[in-house]
Amino acid sequence: MMTASNWTPEQPIVSLKEVRKSFGALEVLKGVSLDVMKGEVICIIGPSGSGKSTLIRCINGLNDIQGGSIKVEGQEVHDVKLDKLELRKKVGMVFQQYNLFPHKTALENVMMAPLKVLKQEKSEVEARARKLIKKVRLEGKENSYPGELSGGQQQRVAIARSLAMNPDVMLFDEVTAALDPETVKEVLVTIRELAEDGMTCILVTHEMGFAREVADHIYFTDRGVIVEHGPPATFFTDASDPRTKEFLGQIL
Amino acid sequence: MKRIAGINAPAPKHLRGDMAVLKPFDVAAHSPDGYIFTRWLAGMPWWTPFAMMVLVVLWPTIVYAQSGFTTGDAFGALWRWMPFLLTSGFLFNVVISMLAMAIGTVAGAALGLGQISPLKSLRMFAWFVTQLFRNSPWLVLLFIVLLALPFEITVFGVTVRIPDWMKGVFGLSLPVMANISEVVRGAVQSVPTAQWEAAESLAFTRRQILWQIILPQCYKRMLPPWMNWYAILTMATPLCSLLGIEEIITLSRQAMEAEDNHPELLVPFFGFALILFFLYCYPIARLTMRLERKFAVKL
Repeated sequence: MMTASNWTPEQPIVSLKEVRKSFGALEVLKGVSLDVMKGEVICIIGPSGSGKSTLIRCINGLNDIQGGSIKVEGQEVHDVKLDKLELRKKVGMVFQQYNLFPHKTALENVMMAPLKVLKQEKSEVEARARKLIKKVRLEGKENSYPGELSGGQQQRVAIARSLAMNPDVMLFDEVTAALDPETVKEVLVTIRELAEDGMTCILVTHEMGFAREVADHIYFTDRGVIVEHGPPATFFTDASDPRTKEFLGQIL
Repeated sequence: MKRIAGINAPAPKHLRGDMAVLKPFDVAAHSPDGYIFTRWLAGMPWWTPFAMMVLVVLWPTIVYAQSGFTTGDAFGALWRWMPFLLTSGFLFNVVISMLAMAIGTVAGAALGLGQISPLKSLRMFAWFVTQLFRNSPWLVLLFIVLLALPFEITVFGVTVRIPDWMKGVFGLSLPVMANISEVVRGAVQSVPTAQWEAAESLAFTRRQILWQIILPQCYKRMLPPWMNWYAILTMATPLCSLLGIEEIITLSRQAMEAEDNHPELLVPFFGFALILFFLYCYPIARLTMRLERKFAVKL
């Protein structure tokens, strides 16, 4: 179990303080701070190479950090004594390239982690997995292999696979960036439903329209720092920093 | 790729023959890969064994036409010895190859997994053992095993004799082990790291990721190189004759001695062995190359 912490739901569920991360001599995160409350949906936007993906990969410990602190439910992620497995049971992640297990069917992909990691009972896991596949609108595709599914379908299986672990926080790393325009929407609909169900979501995205619609808070990063942030209502109209203005000018 | 007339596309008619063009040397096409032997074998036409048989029949007729011992006599001798050479000789080669492959595969898999261990010392050790046995001549390994192993061992008061053929099996399994180790390491490393990350983010342990997610994706791509090494190993089993192990080449020599060592016997007897090896390995080589092409595209 995660070591006891005095975290309460009124405190931020994910809290970053002055996070620094370098790859060799290249510093990609130069002191990033942000707080996410339970049930909040936040979007991180910014030009490529600004450190967005690195930032969310640090939250579930896929990347280590060189300075600052990242806390999930009050627990320091980069504490050497922390059992990373316990952290990852609480934090789900969906990738740009889906990364489904190609030798398993859609249903098996969803069932695998609860069965092998959480050691839950098979009939219960299977019922839950079928429900999740239905939730992401892939009924009838349970026995298809990833290679037989479209990009959008694979991405929805990947979302169901993460949800099967009953995480408290979901991380989405440019999940629509590799998709055809017509399949982007089906994935976004799935994420919006999740957000409406009260799941805490942290998204790195290039879909400005979507960010504006679902996000409670938007963060703009450039060159390893958060340049500007705010609720979507004001972020898109009242951006004050010239870098944000320039970026939004190019995108919108 | 851009088509350049005279380089990778036919030159226009009015230019043909005008200038000698030195084509760029295609490095990729000439560099040896792991399949060099199997590709050569599989590349032969299907009628090769029949052509060999014809050659075997004609050769002594031409060379030793004046000798008193006729080709007919030589083939009569081969005909008498054939069942013995096949059942006691060639089948023993097959048994040796299968046992050496089994030992080599198990040991090689363990060594290959050692090469990707998170423990640096184990990784270095496995790498060293792999390189040592992969780059040693097979015959040298055979002799070392033959001379280094005692002819009997005593375990808990029970004395077990180690026959020479078992030493041969062990000696041949060493280079196989090293090469299978590389096959395993290569296959595991060919799985995209994104698979590791996806599994890690689902809270799988390293051991679970390796055994339940990465290795199951590897079996298919390990099959062609594994078969490739089996064909190479089978072709190498006659090396055991140098250790006096009674496989087909040793028995062929003994049979020829029993038939008074007429030189006319050489080509029929060794030709017979050659054809047997070809008939056994050719289908394996063809299948290997077919699987290799199939899996290479699908990945």
